[in-house]
Amino acid sequence: MAIEIEKPGVGLSKVAVSETHGEDSPYFAGWKAYDENPYNESSNPSGVIQMGLAENQVSFDLLEKYLEEHSEASSWGKGAPGFRENALFQDYHGLKSFRQAMANFMEQIRGGRAKFDPDRIVLTAGATAANELLTFILADPGDALLVPTPYYPGFDRDLRWRTGVKIVPIHCDSSNNFQVTPEAMEAAYRCAESMNLKVRGILITNPSNPLGATIQRSVLEQILDFAVNKNIHLVSDEIYSGSTFSSSEFISIAEILETRGYRDSERVHIVYSLSKDLGLPGFRVGTIYSYNDKVVTTARRMSSFTLISSQTQHLLACMLSNREFSENYIKTNRERLTKRYDMIIKGLKNAGIECLKGNAGLFCWMNLSPLLEEPSRESELELWKIILNEVRLNISPGSSCHCSEPGWFRVCFANMSEQTLDIALERIHKFMERRRRN
Amino acid sequence: MRLIVPLQSVVQGRGGLIFGSLIPCALFYFLQLYLKRHRSHNPQSSPPSPTLSSPKLAELTRTSSRSNLFSRGSNGQVRISTRAISIAKPNDSPYYIGLEKASEDPFDRFGNPDGVIQLGLSENRLCFDLIEKWILENLKDSMMGSDDGDLNINGIATYQPFDGTLELKLAMAGFMSHIMGGAVSFEPSQMVLTAGATPAIETLCFCLADQGNAFLVPTPYYPGFDRDVKFRTGVELIPVHCRSTDNFTLSITALDQAFNQTRKHGTKIRGILLSNPANPVGNLLSREMLHAILDFAREKNIHIISDEIFAGSIYGDEEFVSMAEVLDSEGFDKDRVHIVYGLSKDLSLPGFRVGVIYSFNENVLAAARKLTRFSSVSAPTQRILVSMLSDTRFIEEYIKTTKRRVRNMYDLFVAGLKKLNIRCADSSAGLYCWADMSKLISSYSEKGELELWDKLLNVGKINVTPGSACHCIEPGWFRCCFTTIVEEDIPVVMERIQKAVKSTTNLSNSS
Repeated sequence: MAIEIEKPGVGLSKVAVSETHGEDSPYFAGWKAYDENPYNESSNPSGVIQMGLAENQVSFDLLEKYLEEHSEASSWGKGAPGFRENALFQDYHGLKSFRQAMANFMEQIRGGRAKFDPDRIVLTAGATAANELLTFILADPGDALLVPTPYYPGFDRDLRWRTGVKIVPIHCDSSNNFQVTPEAMEAAYRCAESMNLKVRGILITNPSNPLGATIQRSVLEQILDFAVNKNIHLVSDEIYSGSTFSSSEFISIAEILETRGYRDSERVHIVYSLSKDLGLPGFRVGTIYSYNDKVVTTARRMSSFTLISSQTQHLLACMLSNREFSENYIKTNRERLTKRYDMIIKGLKNAGIECLKGNAGLFCWMNLSPLLEEPSRESELELWKIILNEVRLNISPGSSCHCSEPGWFRVCFANMSEQTLDIALERIHKFMERRRRN
Repeated sequence: MRLIVPLQSVVQGRGGLIFGSLIPCALFYFLQLYLKRHRSHNPQSSPPSPTLSSPKLAELTRTSSRSNLFSRGSNGQVRISTRAISIAKPNDSPYYIGLEKASEDPFDRFGNPDGVIQLGLSENRLCFDLIEKWILENLKDSMMGSDDGDLNINGIATYQPFDGTLELKLAMAGFMSHIMGGAVSFEPSQMVLTAGATPAIETLCFCLADQGNAFLVPTPYYPGFDRDVKFRTGVELIPVHCRSTDNFTLSITALDQAFNQTRKHGTKIRGILLSNPANPVGNLLSREMLHAILDFAREKNIHIISDEIFAGSIYGDEEFVSMAEVLDSEGFDKDRVHIVYGLSKDLSLPGFRVGVIYSFNENVLAAARKLTRFSSVSAPTQRILVSMLSDTRFIEEYIKTTKRRVRNMYDLFVAGLKKLNIRCADSSAGLYCWADMSKLISSYSEKGELELWDKLLNVGKINVTPGSACHCIEPGWFRCCFTTIVEEDIPVVMERIQKAVKSTTNLSNSS
């Protein structure tokens, strides 16, 4: 009788089997715990409260009001004359009216201190795609990007997975509020060189995630100087630029370039999105703003893989070009975020917890290092598990953000109602009391 | 700059200003000369060949880093990646040039009668009246989303599953089953939704092949595959030539030959990329052929990607059989088959960006799901489509009417070409016909074909896609899409073809 020889199953690519998607890290494990036991005010009051998702839910009412009063945004006019054209529109240049509206919105957020040319805007389905796309364009597989720590855990996946590019961290610590220094940048560059990696760019997030703070003007100047000196690119992810607690404290790299007469600008690229400032992550709207013509052309062509739905572009073009709406939204959103921030800082302080001084974002950077058994990553993860399982709060451990100092945690405050935030603060208070008694 | 400081002393000493300005200028000039000479070794100024296979890639990276050393500190240009350099080059494919020209000067029967008639874009513009009617009657309810009619933006504003909502997957599964004649049912849990079929193809390539590997693809094929498969993945496409003698049907012998030859050259084949219904020819793969391809894939242990995006655009009498249907009857070894679909053709909504990866392989689905974060379907679009696709009465009427109208245009268009002695390949699907204009070209070669294409575009002012852009091995074939025009435009098209052809003849006479 013939022996059946088992043929090997049909193989997959290295990308498909790699762990670089990072979904096994604590950052994502906490989400699983939340999904399995989500807090609900009425039906599950003892469930896990999600404080690990940087989502902005504080201003939905403003969006709803606009859409109710302006049905032309979500339709295509009486008799739908514009529908046909819109449904067929798959030009990777993107709707001109939408790009114009985005440029205006970005200018408004910066208080008019920088100008944006709609023809330099490339549209992508989310900032995730924008960051990946830029990486494909600026670096070859095996090259490196320098990224200051702590950084958004998603970068490990977005910048590295399909691109084959490496991240070399620029270490920052609490001694100077985690600001980037020229020494730290040099050290990272030398580290990359010692590993035989070609550094192609530096990627900063301003305002910072997870720090919740804007980068100071002098530091931005130093970072730009460093990029010029090494002849590398500078990507500034300004996704939280509209979520600052005061309009004047945020300084965009665009403003620095303007004061320098746009000298050295061909190496600078800004990433933006409506997921945080406008609270519309489901819409999948991201942009790349580049001062480099070749990058704009290439990014546009590559954006074919990640176009924004023309229906969505039309809707948002209407909404964002309504000056009254956008000005009111930016102002009100800022006020509400500030109120939330003050609320959580006060609540944490009452519980005996200090945070880094923040002025932007949808989260605060909390210091729990005094609670650690020992200053180590393992200790931090132990504490994180306790907070997840006992206190039933999902917060993000600093180690998942590659923070070199253990004990810091990112806590989101805008993705829930005020009542829920109160409950979360109560739980933290009780937890700290229990610790003190033991 | 350090050069300036010691020169200050020269300026202040004897010979003062003249030397002080002359010397730095001279030095600067020589520095530039030095840099220029070395910069000419920089691959950026001599672009690499378009087909970058992995060994070449490594070589290029090394030389460009050496030149980076010279340009550091000067006002040398900041470098972009090797991948980007080839993408940034001006596009010289007739497929894209024609599309651009047609969009710059679009024909309009009343507003711009001398404009370029677009026959190079496979879009279906015949049934918008039906969709518009549906929008007017249903939009308010579909956008509002909740029972009490209040706008509930919370439902669509927040983060959604990146691979699409369950509601849309269910609606899509129903729709796909419907357009394929109900012969096969689709499981929502095996579906991954993407922002168009373009990222669906690319995502599958990232999952099934490594950089430097290759896919076999029957020719002629959709020009966009060169971008979708190769741009960022580093995966190659190996053509498997089909000929007019078989009506451009794929043969297993040709597949086998291509497979063996590629393997001899040291490139690993990871799968076959099929279009069924075929683009640009418009023919269908028979049930027997599907079985044969499946057997071949099994024997070589490779994947099959079946792009079925035109499955709902059948105008002929031949029956469309999906790969999924064949697998249903097989019952085993489904892990190697992945189907791509989208709403750009059958539902005429290319702008909305809705594509589908349908796979039987759990590992591929798991990886593809994670990759959809880079190309998800927009939430408001998902919402409106759930409504539209679930309206079975509307969908039935739409499918029936589309079929009738496309068939009508096909008949008229092909008859018109026949009068000009231009015959078309046998086809039963798609939004185009595959026309044989080889008798009208001056020389039986790609050059001759492109000359005719140029005349058609610039003299005749019609944009059609030349076979060479589709990698067709026989010159003289052109893809003509007929669903972007109306019946009244057909005689105009035929006139213009004649005009262009006549001018070609004149040119060759005078040479």
